Amino acid sequence: MANAAGVGKTLTFGEGGTAAALAALAVLSIIITANAWTPEYGFHAFLFFLGSIAGVFAIFSRYHARPAAPVAQEIDGKPNYNMGPVKFATIAAMVWGIAGFLIGVVIAAQLTWPALNFDLQWINFGRMRPLHTSAVIFAFGGNVLLATSFYVVQRTCHARLAGSIAPWFVILGYNFFIVIAGTGYLLGITQGKEYAEPEWYADLWLTVVWVVYLLVFLTTLWKRREPHIYVANWFYLAFIVTIAMLHLGNNATIPVSIYSPKSYIVWSGVQDAMVQWWYGHNAVGFFLTAGFLAIMYYFVPKRADRPVYSYRLSIVHFWALIFLYIWAGPHHLHYTALPDWAQTLGMVFSIILWMPSWGGMINGLMTLEGAWDKLRTDPVLRMMVVSVAFYGMSTFEGPLMSIKAVNSLSHYTDWTIGHVHSGALGWVGYVSFGAIYCLVPWLWNRSRLYSLKLVNWHFWISTIGIVLYISAMWVAGIMQGLMWRAYTALGFLEYSFIETTEAMHGYYAIRTLGGLLFLTGALIMAYNLWMTIRSSELAESAAARPQMVPAE
Amino acid sequence: MAAEHDTVDKVTGKSTTGHVWDGIKELNNPLPAWWLYLFYITIVWGIGYVIAYPAIPLATTFTKGLLGYASRDVIEQDMEGLKAIRGESMIQLASAEPAKIVADPKLLGVARALGKAAFGTNCAPCHGQGAQGARSYPNLNDDNWLWGGTLADIKQTITHGIRNENAESRQGNMPAFGRDGLLPKADIPHVAAYVQKLAGRKVDGNFDLKKGEKLFAENCAACHGDAGKGMIEVGAPNLAADIWLYGGDHATIVETLTNGRGGVMPGWSGRLDAATINALTVYVHTLGGGR
Repeated sequence: MANAAGVGKTLTFGEGGTAAALAALAVLSIIITANAWTPEYGFHAFLFFLGSIAGVFAIFSRYHARPAAPVAQEIDGKPNYNMGPVKFATIAAMVWGIAGFLIGVVIAAQLTWPALNFDLQWINFGRMRPLHTSAVIFAFGGNVLLATSFYVVQRTCHARLAGSIAPWFVILGYNFFIVIAGTGYLLGITQGKEYAEPEWYADLWLTVVWVVYLLVFLTTLWKRREPHIYVANWFYLAFIVTIAMLHLGNNATIPVSIYSPKSYIVWSGVQDAMVQWWYGHNAVGFFLTAGFLAIMYYFVPKRADRPVYSYRLSIVHFWALIFLYIWAGPHHLHYTALPDWAQTLGMVFSIILWMPSWGGMINGLMTLEGAWDKLRTDPVLRMMVVSVAFYGMSTFEGPLMSIKAVNSLSHYTDWTIGHVHSGALGWVGYVSFGAIYCLVPWLWNRSRLYSLKLVNWHFWISTIGIVLYISAMWVAGIMQGLMWRAYTALGFLEYSFIETTEAMHGYYAIRTLGGLLFLTGALIMAYNLWMTIRSSELAESAAARPQMVPAE
Repeated sequence: MAAEHDTVDKVTGKSTTGHVWDGIKELNNPLPAWWLYLFYITIVWGIGYVIAYPAIPLATTFTKGLLGYASRDVIEQDMEGLKAIRGESMIQLASAEPAKIVADPKLLGVARALGKAAFGTNCAPCHGQGAQGARSYPNLNDDNWLWGGTLADIKQTITHGIRNENAESRQGNMPAFGRDGLLPKADIPHVAAYVQKLAGRKVDGNFDLKKGEKLFAENCAACHGDAGKGMIEVGAPNLAADIWLYGGDHATIVETLTNGRGGVMPGWSGRLDAATINALTVYVHTLGGGR
């Protein structure tokens, strides 16, 4: 070891280049910290400074600790998988998830009992709401996607993750973006675009991270030892490429100054609205649908130990989904200043999207053909199958709500919130939980989860929570829509806005309870995972890992 | 990899594609027929809808569709329909004086319906859904008026508002006697106690009511009157009625005397049309306290 370390050990291009870039960023950040126009922005610049300095130190201490020879791509003919970044992202997903669910419960309670805003600007609903949406979509969902994509691409390509510094840069850089975004909301830094609230400097940072993510993923695909690219990787790639495009399009802003957090978007008026919902809808389509379908395509067949139902269906529904989703955004702008022709196309593409979406559901559910009995005994698989059922329900409800006549009732009401959460809690949440329940024993080399009974409790408590949440929002939303459009016989509005809010109070309380149950389930899960990782008695030798080796 | 030769799934007897990734295989099932046909149906429906409705963007315009649909036409039809339901009454509401509206039962009915809807949207956030008021927002159901309860008074208040930037709005402030040094701070509790006595309240504590009465006469009576009955012209409330905008306990009255008061109300002439202002006037007048 000592000899090897002493002879010919040099900085790799990745190590040297990243350290130099981070050092330059540190210099820039400290200059901005000194000249920032607002203390909030100065604080963010200082975080960038600390982060980049920490990065430089991490690179050099890693360099001193590592042997001179590059990491082996294979050991004894088996790929030397790089699971460190996957582990980090898995834990980050759980931590952010619980934070995001908790903030969701808090803002649900704030809507029910407005006194809980406490007249404090930092924790009022207006700032906490984007904190909740970003925490669950980008922090929780994003880390689940990073963890599973880095895991799945290695396993299905039979190759070690490309790069040495790069995967860590992606994971840590992405989570740094989350910290900047979240603290920014609480401090009042926002560009006011839904699901794209972070300001220009956070957007630029995410762009760099995302490009590296794409390169790591593509390079790993490039050096695969399998003749074909597995379907899950098509979906991951579509997710990564499209999110890059959406992010650049919707965040095309011009900063007021490098010393100011404020920027102005280059789009204006209805075109800005259209770009925003092209982004917003496809964040759902490519982040929350395509990315999580990729998770389904690996973890469901793996857990059920069954082949994917139909290769042909996966091809057809993949291309149909990718082609159609991108055009459906205008249905968020029905009956607005958006021209009629664009509204028509948004609705038509949404309806045609119904079957391509369901293709994923069919492939997910029918993969259990011959293994349905496992639903009785395996709560993890049950969770993933229920998630696919929620996926089917949401992707039916979505096209339904895009129909203009339906939308005229549902738009701006809590029906939309109910729809979003049947997809978010039921589909994205459950498929993520299922994947993490699979991943943790695999990654930490444990023979099984600490307790399947606790998974069962998690499943039932969360399911009751989801049902309470979405049914309360359906009733509240439809009632709200009907009250808004009710006219008296004399031709005047029957209800004032305040009366509609009062009518929803009880449903808001039920929604809060539903969210609380969902959070409780996630806490049970975190405990279960913690005990799985901690308990050494569950550890196994690397040779005997039944869950990682194909049955034959 | 090892199983690539094995292309039949043992459980279902169906063939696989022969690929294996990390142990995962894929069955060679065809597309489900119902799925494929529903997909075709939605595509055919989509083409039909695109032909029927405005859909395809062209260089300077767009295809209008065979049905001639335009969302602007729809909203115009809706508004016409509403006009038809509301009928002639709306036109009369805009031009008639409130007194004439009250005298005409049919017009009064329409005015109250419009007034209730407009009140819920514009007034209820401060005055409450039932006009019951809240601290610093007066109750509009009783006949205790700050600025007058006749139809003309109410219309004037709604149209221009109170103490806002509009020069025609109601003006007049309760001075900050303590803060501005108009009264020695030590005297204020005695005046407050006297005000409580005027309202018929029990005065708790050791206060010099004689001194309070003298100071009231010198400083307050000009607006509130010798007996504290108030003066509508300057919006000085009737203190003898024991109805309080901010509170009738000793501490609150001391606070009022010390820092003054001056609640505001927006003027609505720029935001609501003549018919709605007339309807609101009549609605508020008929809530119970109109004079």
